[in-house]
Amino acid sequence: MEKTINITLKVWRQAGPKAKGAFETYKLENISTDSSFLEMLDVLNEQLIRERKEPVAFDHDCREGICGMCSLYINGHPHGPDSAVTTCQLHMRKFKDGDTITVEPWRSAAFPVIKDLMVNRNAFDQIIQAGGYVSVNTGGVPDANAIPIPKPIADEAMDAASCIGCGACVAACKNGSAMLFVSAKVSQLALLPQGKIEAARRAKAMVAKMDELGFGNCTNTGACAAECPKSVSLSNIARLNREFICAKLKD
Amino acid sequence: MWLINSSIGRKLIMSISGAALVLFLLFHATMNLVAIISEDGYNMICEFLGANWYALVATVGLAALVVVHILYAFFITWQNYRARGNKRYAVSTRQEDVEWSSKNMLALGVVIVLGMGLHLFNFWYKMQFTEIMHAAGAHINDIELATNGVHWIKETFACPVYVVLYLVWLGAIWFHLTHGVWSALHTLGLNNNTWMPRVKCISNIVSTLVVLMFAAVVIYYGLASLGCCGSSCCAA
Amino acid sequence: MAKKSEELKETAKEVTKKVVRTAKKVEKAVKKAVAGEQFIDSKVPEGPLAEKWTNYKAHQKLVNPANKRRLDIIVVGTGLAGASAAASLGEMGFNVLNFCIQDSPRRAHSIAAQGGINAAKNYQNDGDSVYRLFYDTIKGGDYRAREANVYRLAEVSNNIIDQCVAQGVPFAREYGGLLDNRSFGGAQVSRTFYAKGQTGQQLLLGAYSALSRQINRGTVKMYSRYEMLDVVIVEGRARGIIARNLVTGRIERFFAHAVVIGTGGYGNTFFLSTNAMGSNGSAAVQIYKKGAYFANPAFAQIHPTCIPVHGEFQSKLTLMSESLRNDGRIWVPKKLEDAKALQAGKLKGRDIPEEDRDYYLERRYPAFGNLVPRDVASRAAKERCDAGYGVNSTGLAVFLDFSDAINRLGKDVVAARYGNLFQMYEKIVDENPYEEPMMIFPAIHYTMGGIWVDYELQTSIKGLFCIGEANFSDHGANRLGASALMQGLADGYFVLPYTIQNYLADQIQVPRMSTDLPEFVEAENAIQEKIDRLMAIQGERSVDSIHRELGLVMWDFVGMGRTKESLETALEKIKAIRKEFWSNVFIPGDKMDMNVELEKALRLADFIEVGELMARDALNREESCGGHFREEYQTPEGEALRQDDKFSYVSCWKYNGEGEEPSLLKEPLDYEFVTRQTRNYKS
Repeated sequence: MEKTINITLKVWRQAGPKAKGAFETYKLENISTDSSFLEMLDVLNEQLIRERKEPVAFDHDCREGICGMCSLYINGHPHGPDSAVTTCQLHMRKFKDGDTITVEPWRSAAFPVIKDLMVNRNAFDQIIQAGGYVSVNTGGVPDANAIPIPKPIADEAMDAASCIGCGACVAACKNGSAMLFVSAKVSQLALLPQGKIEAARRAKAMVAKMDELGFGNCTNTGACAAECPKSVSLSNIARLNREFICAKLKD
Repeated sequence: MWLINSSIGRKLIMSISGAALVLFLLFHATMNLVAIISEDGYNMICEFLGANWYALVATVGLAALVVVHILYAFFITWQNYRARGNKRYAVSTRQEDVEWSSKNMLALGVVIVLGMGLHLFNFWYKMQFTEIMHAAGAHINDIELATNGVHWIKETFACPVYVVLYLVWLGAIWFHLTHGVWSALHTLGLNNNTWMPRVKCISNIVSTLVVLMFAAVVIYYGLASLGCCGSSCCAA
Repeated sequence: MAKKSEELKETAKEVTKKVVRTAKKVEKAVKKAVAGEQFIDSKVPEGPLAEKWTNYKAHQKLVNPANKRRLDIIVVGTGLAGASAAASLGEMGFNVLNFCIQDSPRRAHSIAAQGGINAAKNYQNDGDSVYRLFYDTIKGGDYRAREANVYRLAEVSNNIIDQCVAQGVPFAREYGGLLDNRSFGGAQVSRTFYAKGQTGQQLLLGAYSALSRQINRGTVKMYSRYEMLDVVIVEGRARGIIARNLVTGRIERFFAHAVVIGTGGYGNTFFLSTNAMGSNGSAAVQIYKKGAYFANPAFAQIHPTCIPVHGEFQSKLTLMSESLRNDGRIWVPKKLEDAKALQAGKLKGRDIPEEDRDYYLERRYPAFGNLVPRDVASRAAKERCDAGYGVNSTGLAVFLDFSDAINRLGKDVVAARYGNLFQMYEKIVDENPYEEPMMIFPAIHYTMGGIWVDYELQTSIKGLFCIGEANFSDHGANRLGASALMQGLADGYFVLPYTIQNYLADQIQVPRMSTDLPEFVEAENAIQEKIDRLMAIQGERSVDSIHRELGLVMWDFVGMGRTKESLETALEKIKAIRKEFWSNVFIPGDKMDMNVELEKALRLADFIEVGELMARDALNREESCGGHFREEYQTPEGEALRQDDKFSYVSCWKYNGEGEEPSLLKEPLDYEFVTRQTRNYKS
């Protein structure tokens, strides 16, 4: 029936943004293999509270893989060793009895640590604010069926739009580059006729903001797409390059 | 200037300079092959590309490309290192579908530059450089050897150590190119979902072709030297 | 002469109109005076149903552009309702302050909606219309919603689709390039627009992008990782909020001319629900305690197809889309010994022969079979499990079997329809649903009840508005699938931006107030005291352990089947839990720091209040309707039995102070345009 395992956790603890952090080691016993990784952390926190210690702070919310809030770097992989899932969908059956699991926060200059495993991903919001939208006001828009869009285009836009903004791409990238995130949004809107109108302006503005915020230069390693929990494709980056270079050449 | 200030601009420079260098390698390797087919033919090419003005212009252009490519590589790597923040991961693993080379382009580049230094010393210094010095009025003894490429090839690869060093160097070039070629096209925006596997395949073909052509000459003359002059030339 | 008589006639008409209007106002005032506080004015405009909203907009007061800049509006929440409202108000030129508890507005739980969004576009030419959408929603809500609001919702539903497409929301399309639709429960037409299984995400990202554009323009100031802790009332009007910066722990004061609450539902009262971990009912409780009425708290929706609870450490439940019931057949074993063997793990679902399976929905509801509405399907599953026929180790699960569909359609077709859901199931449960029947169980999903609002979405506190799931207005006692997204966006894009102006037009003379006013100071001090009190308890129990206890009480006694006794027991038990919480909770850490346990404790204190209110409301409502099932009130066949003569009203609960019982006010639901019927799914 229910299987349980004993594990050792090495968790990054850091009291605040400026504090010096360090790994703490915790032993956990009888963890159900049916529980999710975050439920395992809940058990750890419950244990810490019983010992009257401060629980580990980590970001999480929907726990069904869509909000993009959870963000742990587990055993060298953002969102852990399973493929195409977020940390909240990772289950303990992926680990063996006696395993040591190292849990770290996202490491990137643009994502400073707030506390323990929590990081500040406000930079992503700022990039979207720089131009990740179609400039239409509420009301006064044409009928939804006024512009037909070929199904393959709509589907490709949807695939790009499925990005959840978790930051795993940046966390996985040895260059700390946000190109996959930016290219997903630029692609979604550049593919659709609604967004094409200001595609050039958008690409320039978003890339400029991305660079300003201290993200690295993309070197096409593909680690981002390999770790993306939503399998956002690397070819979006080619599209962003194309959009950006063409936009600049037109200036 | 967006080519310097923006990340994509910087990558564009890497991409264009890199692609140009790949074209040069293809050109260079094709000419080297001639050395296997006809020694005289090869020496004719060497003469043609000696201290003539067009060859000099091309050499200066090539050198500029190399310098730009290297400087940008260091600049970008330094920026990327900073973008990772102050703390490193305690555990990091390579993702299965990420090429090893893509994460070690700088290290491969350093190996390639070292090999290039050796290569310049072995050949360029003794050939085009000598011709230039000669033309500039310096007194040179063996000026006729400066256009005798085959002589230098034979002399170099008679030594097994050089054969091994050159093969290692070519290996590094192969790794560097398998990522570099498709990455350059990707950076130029010449890629999409359908073309991704094709572009990667083209990349592998081009890099393998370049390296095989170079390696053929090295191995051919390496083996040839075993047949005729033994290992006496290692003293050089 | 002729001209003059025309003019006279016109004037006479005008005068008559004015007289009639004044007479109506007087009538209302008299009613109000006679009934005292019992009278609740929903401010529904006069006129035929289809013209109410048009008339309202034509006659409402507006704020001119120069004045808009001088007016501040606080919007709390960044879900579909909050983000769309903040963006739209910002576009109009108001100065908006927007708050969310997550690190980014894009994380709000609207993002998790899977299925789709309804609209009366009639693109499929299958006979849909605004009236039909209105009627389906009213009927689906078991005749406990306000007609005028629901009609308006159906009216603006079409604008929502246009708006989202213009924003670049990648809705699914057909090969011809036009928008595709799918069908959902409770409707005879295909009116649901969708974007893969991620419709909520795409709509929220659309609203988020519009919001981001306004943040960039400076009309909206975003406060993320901030949690509202109280509303500030100055001279009877909402004038600001007190919020805690979750990163630094600092308590801060914010002024605005009007406050909008769009903080979602309170389903997490049950601890285990399909809501996100951070979803909470605290904003609702705070404003309830300041005088806003809490309406129909007992109306909570229990979704029949969720992945069952697997162990005591479970933190949340995952929903499997309603669409699965199109092809899946729900069953439990006929023989009790088979059920026992399944529970002990000695048998697998596929081992049980066809003749020993009880397809209980098909048996009980031959006409609708597996596609009965959510409330009916949920209760039927509970009934079987209570009788001992549950199929997993906890005995709290039933099978949802696709073997028939796979035999009939082939595995590929089933995979094309439900592949992503099957994969999700496999990731969580580690069983292949193509080979083994899925196990499902009902779970709390959505709360139809919420803060009472009038037609203008204004609460009973002036200047305080409530939108989206947080209010009670549109779904009655049960919500239809794909209607939550519709309501959130309707409120935020197309209703509130109009109605709030009717209020703000009178506020243009009000200058920005200092947050040093005594009302702000008092509110902050009260919060500080509450936090200090919590931090000082230093008891033995973690917040979660008490929350789990509350959740169990809610599920066992205020869950799918409620009785007078169970509800009275619940009230007793909740009282005990409140006592336990306020005397034995342990919160580690510092209040002036990021302190997740403190955040959870503050929310739990409010969940306890909501839980009590739910039980109280359920106890009062002696009838069964929609998601509220009182076992005493059922037909001989076990179906819900409404008591229209006694309970055709909105129960509005008014807070009377700490330790006092809240008083019940009633807003009568007069159905002028539709006739009430009993829902029948048998034949």
